[in-house]
Amino acid sequence: MNTAFADPDHAGPPDAGEEKARRKRDLDLLARASRAELEDLWNGLDDKPAHQRLRGPETGLVMVRGRIGGGGSPFNLGEATVSRASVRLADGAVGHAYRLGTDRRAAELAALIDALAQDAGRRAVIADRLLAPLAERLAAEAAARAAETAATKVDFFTMVRGED
Amino acid sequence: MYVAVKGGEKAIANAHRLLADRRRGDRSLPGLTIAQLIGQLGLAVDRVMAEASLYDQSLAALALKQARGDMIEAIFLLRAYRTTLPRFGASVPLETGRMQVERRVSATYKDLPGGQLLGPTFDYTHRLLDPDLLNETAEVEEPARRDGEAEAVMRVSDILDREGLIEPDGEMPEDHVPGDLTREPMEFPMPRDLRLQALARGDEGFLLALGYSTQRGYGRTHPFVGEIRMGLVEVEFEVPELGLTLSLGEIRITECQMVNQFKGSAKAPPQFTRGYGLVFGQSERKAMSMSLVDRALRTGEFGEDVVAPAQDEEFVISHCDNVQATGFVEHLKLPHYVDFQAELDLVRRMRARHKPAEETTEHEEAAE
Amino acid sequence: MPDRTETFAGGFANAVFDSQAVFRTLMDCMARPGQTGEVTLSLAPPAPLGIAAGAVMLTLCDHDTPVWLSPKLSQSPVPGWLAFHGGAPLTTERHEARFAFFEGRAPLPSLGAFALGSQEYPDRSTTLIIEVASLDNGQPLTLSGPGIRDTAGIAPNGLPADFLRQWSGNGALFPRGVDVVLTAGRRLVALPRTCKITAKTLTESVAETPASEG
Repeated sequence: MNTAFADPDHAGPPDAGEEKARRKRDLDLLARASRAELEDLWNGLDDKPAHQRLRGPETGLVMVRGRIGGGGSPFNLGEATVSRASVRLADGAVGHAYRLGTDRRAAELAALIDALAQDAGRRAVIADRLLAPLAERLAAEAAARAAETAATKVDFFTMVRGED
Repeated sequence: MYVAVKGGEKAIANAHRLLADRRRGDRSLPGLTIAQLIGQLGLAVDRVMAEASLYDQSLAALALKQARGDMIEAIFLLRAYRTTLPRFGASVPLETGRMQVERRVSATYKDLPGGQLLGPTFDYTHRLLDPDLLNETAEVEEPARRDGEAEAVMRVSDILDREGLIEPDGEMPEDHVPGDLTREPMEFPMPRDLRLQALARGDEGFLLALGYSTQRGYGRTHPFVGEIRMGLVEVEFEVPELGLTLSLGEIRITECQMVNQFKGSAKAPPQFTRGYGLVFGQSERKAMSMSLVDRALRTGEFGEDVVAPAQDEEFVISHCDNVQATGFVEHLKLPHYVDFQAELDLVRRMRARHKPAEETTEHEEAAE
Repeated sequence: MPDRTETFAGGFANAVFDSQAVFRTLMDCMARPGQTGEVTLSLAPPAPLGIAAGAVMLTLCDHDTPVWLSPKLSQSPVPGWLAFHGGAPLTTERHEARFAFFEGRAPLPSLGAFALGSQEYPDRSTTLIIEVASLDNGQPLTLSGPGIRDTAGIAPNGLPADFLRQWSGNGALFPRGVDVVLTAGRRLVALPRTCKITAKTLTESVAETPASEG
């Protein structure tokens, strides 16, 4: 791994670790937001700050690795399309986003939202309007899949052997 | 020998126009949407992704539509597309143990933690054509649900591992960097990580036939399905500019652990060995075939003799890629006019030389 | 956050078209050693990396090409800039590097310590990008070899002291060996391993004049 960014921009403040964890949670959620969900939030913001593109939005590949036997050494399974974007807002905040797929607009919106969310006030609005309902939707979908799968679980019962 | 020829531009343009027409078919019927293909021919989309070695449902569905359902053509299209994209890096290895399982069966243990979860399977169907599907507006029941705390779905190999009866997960030497056959030319002997990459993108039919051959005695390995699981796993990626490992989304994969009997050797006691299969999408047949062939290709590792095609890594790996195979087979239809003229000339001259000899023999026989 | 600007800013404005343009320039220069190319598009690599060197870096270096940086470049914001815009991994092992970068006046290690390729794969070698003060007011050099009709001339100012001696050793390894790109600000000249370089003495240059005109 490249260590050029080790300890990037949040060194210093005591809550740096917490802020990093917050950012990861948000970015993981944003990667799963639909384009429409991202557009809705963005269009609903009353003051959209000017921004500059630092890199992308662009689509590329990530080589997806598996492990031999499921838990052994890594091997290259195959690639997946990934879109990413990095932007800088007029106030200097830099936002990044990565997501599976080829939707570059969605990646750029996610990067903008990541940049905005570094301001605690805006973050509250974003959490309220996008992240919380999104997390709820994803949890409901996962629960539905789990319940549907659970319904196909085999309940074995042993036949009593006849002895009369 | 290849000779540049000119001409045929108009014929080619018109052939492509005709292809587009035949692809569209009857204009009074609605055209297929990508969403329909993903939603209703999902396993075809999965196969294109697996053998193209590129996970993207929309692009795979587009390729399938463009190829008129010709799988290998669709795989070829998607392989060609991926070469146009830069690579951002490699993911953190998938954690199949943390899969959100949609199907999981084991043929070795009836009662195991997590249970037998059949999921959306063709198994136990009667393979009778269903006339209800002739009606495209027929209502389909919502799936049944069973709520409650989901049990952790533990790996079967871990159960056997507790007793030390099975070999551990495959480990490469400490400083081994995973090989990538899309970047470096193939060399034999090939390490197992590279073989698995080749098998994961290999042709399902070819691997199925090879797997079948091992069962029929051509390199027998006494296999049992330890476990097959299919479901969603997270793709995680280390993002250096953030100093974070992000989760980019989920992909659906199928994993097969094939457990094989091994009578032991001078170096190792009798134990179970394993073949491994991992495939993009829902593709159980492919994952099972892959794990059979993976085990067969480990023949040398266990001091067994190479006696069958499935155990010959150069044979298997060099021929399992259907895009390569179709390229070489299909090139035979391209103009070989000059080669053939040369062969014609050669055969004529050989016949000219052959005739007198025949006549001489006949004369000699007649004389006797 | 003092390093942010330098890390995230100054990349290609349009990665696809800009890198294609630089690639074209570089390819032409590689095909015609001695011909000077110029990077005209806007790019702001962090100091002490020059504009042409930065353009070559973002054009050629990616996830699959380990990069070796001179000690001074390693200590600069260049690693972060390269990682963000190019995605290339760094290596401290010279023989693993596909590309190696040197700022102006950096000492040049032995060329033989870099990847030289193999007889089967001579392309698996390092390309060195070396910054000099200027390409045309230094010691006159005569170039010959593939891509040059008779001879070509450059006059790099600030070439490492023992470069010519090392270069002739490199040429003796053919088909193995390293390739070099000399950069000076926005300008660059390519020295593929097939290129023969001799210091132009007064007599040589006189003697060569008729030949190069003929």
